[in-house]
Amino acid sequence: MRFASVIAIALLVAGSVFAAEIPQAERRSGYDFMKPDTKAMQDEDTANPGMLWVLDGEGLWKRKAGAASKACSDCHGDARTSMKGVAARYPAFDKATGRPIDLEQRINSCRTNQQQATPLPFESRELLALTAFVARQSKGAAIEAGSDPQLMPFLAKGRDLYMQRQGQLNLGCTNCHDDNWDKRLAGSAITQGHPTGYPLYRLEWQSLGSLQRRLRACITGIRAQAYDYGAPELVELELYVMSRARGMPMEAPAVRP
Amino acid sequence: MASALINVPAKARRGDIIEIKTLMSHVMETGYRHMASGELVPRDIITNFTCRFKGSEIFRADLFPAIAANPFITFFTTATESGKFEFEWIGDQGFSETASASITVE
Repeated sequence: MRFASVIAIALLVAGSVFAAEIPQAERRSGYDFMKPDTKAMQDEDTANPGMLWVLDGEGLWKRKAGAASKACSDCHGDARTSMKGVAARYPAFDKATGRPIDLEQRINSCRTNQQQATPLPFESRELLALTAFVARQSKGAAIEAGSDPQLMPFLAKGRDLYMQRQGQLNLGCTNCHDDNWDKRLAGSAITQGHPTGYPLYRLEWQSLGSLQRRLRACITGIRAQAYDYGAPELVELELYVMSRARGMPMEAPAVRP
Repeated sequence: MASALINVPAKARRGDIIEIKTLMSHVMETGYRHMASGELVPRDIITNFTCRFKGSEIFRADLFPAIAANPFITFFTTATESGKFEFEWIGDQGFSETASASITVE
């Protein structure tokens, strides 16, 4: 009995040590973990392949679409001013659905409701291009996602999912990204998982990709069933990880190995 | 939607060695991969890149499979006079893109 209680106390102590959140001062962007050549690729606009999508997105921003024959710029004007800091606030609360939606979903909701066009498929070149173009306007802005009080219940659900062990490997996000971020996994740095640069260009993907794609890859990595694109759980998780990075500067479109 | 990013210094002094950087949007499908149905994904790569300065060729590269998507090609040249650099990418399935950038040499 005494032995059992010692174990219980040891587990409690271990739990409090390992599930600790990263102190503000120790937070580091994935950028900090990269080699100098990959950093150089992100730093220079003409070397950063993510800028190809930004360029495409700028074209799409001005192109009329849908039955309403309206372009994004017809309502929002010059994105350089109207979209400044917007991506840093997403996922944000959507009044129509009463739920948080991410930037891709926001763009698609604008497409269906305002432009009366068909929504763009997740991870399509067009959607990534528009998202990258909008996110680019927030470069350097401090992340503010999750500060809206209406988001509290969803933020809590996202946090639960982040802490929840799952899959055949029985791991939660926190087990790597809070507890072991200074270590390596199969030669790659385990980062703190701050989504400062999405959508970003991953050299492994040879393409730009969304935060949802990254989260799905991680979930598959722990051998759990990944949520579908646009699933509420995935958006809540996005919301929590973005709020975890609150105050860190936006880097989109970032480059990662 | 193919687009290129070009970095050529806007100004240089005569005799300066300048770096030219180019990034072209392309999937660079190797032709070695298979679809879920077992069929080969047809090769789709850029096969040739050329840079001309005032009409004469100053740099050329032949590209092959196993080159990353969105190839980034950079090279050096000596600034001799003001003029226009013209870039051309040619590839499989009729791919052909051009871009240009000007330099002022003092």
